[in-house]
Amino acid sequence: MNKGRRKFIKLAGLAAFGIATEQIVSSKAQSKATEIISNRGRQTKKSLNSASAAKVRLAMVVDLRKCVSQNGCTKCIDSCNKEHNVPDFGETKDEVKWIWKEPYEGAFMDQENLYMKDQLKDKMVPVFCNNCDNPPCVEVCPTQATYKRDDGIVMMDWHRCIGCRYCMAACPYGSRSFNWRDPRQFIKEVNPNFPTRTKGVVEKCEFCAERIDNGLPPACVEACSAKALVFGNINDPDSEVRKLLKDNFSVRRKPGLGTGPEIYYLV
Amino acid sequence: MFEYALKGNKRYWAWLLILTGIIAAGFYSYLHQLNYGLGITGMSRNVSWGIYIAQFTFIVGIAASAVMVVLPYYLHNYKAFSKTTILGEFLAIPSVIMCMLFVFADLGQPSRVVNIFLYPTLHSIMFWDVVSLSGYLILNVIITRVTLSAEHNSIAPPKWIRPIIILSIPWAISIHTVTAFLFSGLAGRPFWLTAILAPRFLASAFSAGPSLLVIFCLILKRLTSFDAGENAIKKLGVIITYAMCANIFFILMEIFTAFYSGIPDHVSHFQYLYTGIDGNVKLVPWMWVSAIFSIISLILLLTPKLRNNNKIFFFTCLIIFLSIWIDKGLGLVITGFIPTAFGKVIEYSPTFTELSISAGIWAFGLFLITIFYKIALSIKNSTSSVMIKEVTTVNV
Repeated sequence: MNKGRRKFIKLAGLAAFGIATEQIVSSKAQSKATEIISNRGRQTKKSLNSASAAKVRLAMVVDLRKCVSQNGCTKCIDSCNKEHNVPDFGETKDEVKWIWKEPYEGAFMDQENLYMKDQLKDKMVPVFCNNCDNPPCVEVCPTQATYKRDDGIVMMDWHRCIGCRYCMAACPYGSRSFNWRDPRQFIKEVNPNFPTRTKGVVEKCEFCAERIDNGLPPACVEACSAKALVFGNINDPDSEVRKLLKDNFSVRRKPGLGTGPEIYYLV
Repeated sequence: MFEYALKGNKRYWAWLLILTGIIAAGFYSYLHQLNYGLGITGMSRNVSWGIYIAQFTFIVGIAASAVMVVLPYYLHNYKAFSKTTILGEFLAIPSVIMCMLFVFADLGQPSRVVNIFLYPTLHSIMFWDVVSLSGYLILNVIITRVTLSAEHNSIAPPKWIRPIIILSIPWAISIHTVTAFLFSGLAGRPFWLTAILAPRFLASAFSAGPSLLVIFCLILKRLTSFDAGENAIKKLGVIITYAMCANIFFILMEIFTAFYSGIPDHVSHFQYLYTGIDGNVKLVPWMWVSAIFSIISLILLLTPKLRNNNKIFFFTCLIIFLSIWIDKGLGLVITGFIPTAFGKVIEYSPTFTELSISAGIWAFGLFLITIFYKIALSIKNSTSSVMIKEVTTVNV
């Protein structure tokens, strides 16, 4: 990314130089954060060639039988918002969401069922970015600001994003948010270990890539006291996620579109 | 040649002054948007593209439609279009510039627009759209520059320009096809996910674009000594008739497939457009005006007597332009997001700032068209001995 920025400064002239310097200055204040995101698993040509057919494929299982979000629990959402400096604008038009709750029939529109289990009917489903196997957002992005890591996480480069929002049009899950205005003054308590964003860029859940790289589970998984969220390597037959999927019936959101969502719901 | 744009009567300067005012207001609004962010528009998390991208989509069609005069003139040697061809090409250039400005106005981080070229992404349709639009702009700038200066110097244009002109024909088709692919390749947006989108775009473009050209020709005929010629207007009428028939046919095909299959995801968007959903009816009156204008225009087009009457034909072209502007410049893009991926209906309406920026870009386009037409007509007049007898100064 630093290399990219240098190139950017070189080529984009005086106006762009001013903005780039501003970014450097602001990122100095968060030097630790910048360090964390400095590479963020972007595939170089070398790593693409040497990738050993993706040994690790990260995925999440959401056990809706255990999830108590319909009772007003927002632990996963709160911990995520805090961890990632997600702003709260107090209105829906400009809102930025990484994890949020949707009614079952909204989250699973294509599994419409007139008569279903009472518990499911009133269920609120936590929804995230599905970190798809074939992410349409990555396909359409004109600058590769959104990209897929070797372990399958779909990442965002907030310094490269031009804010065209083509990814938002392409995402079938409504998982992406745009910074319609400057988010910084709407962050309740800034977490210095994670970057804040500027206006005009898109963001979304990244399976807590910054925590995973440090050997930690995603913040939402850690925060869920009902143990409804399970995270792991779905390519490993002995992983907890695989065991859960082997023993239980699971559904995914809009699997028919071929995007290969990596969040599995146990109903 | 540019000096021709600096000579004009009061009406010419007054018109340019009005446009400059609208451009200045739009620019001022843009500075507001730049400062506050795109939150100043009516767009939201759910309807994340609005009137900017809708205008872009509509105007790409206008740019592409130049091919409807270029093709008969250069490929079929249809001489009646000798005067309108340059107007078509000079309509294309400002249109492409407007397209680029609308996309630029829609960017959250406009200072990073160069990233599209720094990180060329072949799997992104947007990259190809930028490539095809820039290419089309360059082609038309070269073509108009070379053919006009040849005419200015009363010599035949150089031979090497012909292959470039021929290339501009499929290129024009490509700009609107690629623009349709921006939408029709998205699995998650059933309203756009239709193979007929590109043909439909072309049909509506070839109705609206030549209609605008006829409107310009008839206005110029009234205000200046320019006359496109009866045959050219009549031929454009035939082209518009065919294109409009195809356009309405394609829309009906979309409606058939959606409603006969009855797939809720496909039906709901058309319901939102023509009946509204749960009292959300913002676009309904617009869409019905568009539909009624389409039907009236079809009757007027298919009756030769009415089509060949210039006064009625002017009106016909006007309602075609408006009908397609509503259909493409409002309905098509916005409705792709309504209902949302969660089946909710969240409406969109542009804010004043957004409208002011859009008006500014349109005014800038009209400003360029005015100047370009002034130059083209001045050169045509100065090289035509008949015209010189009639007027000494050009009144645009």
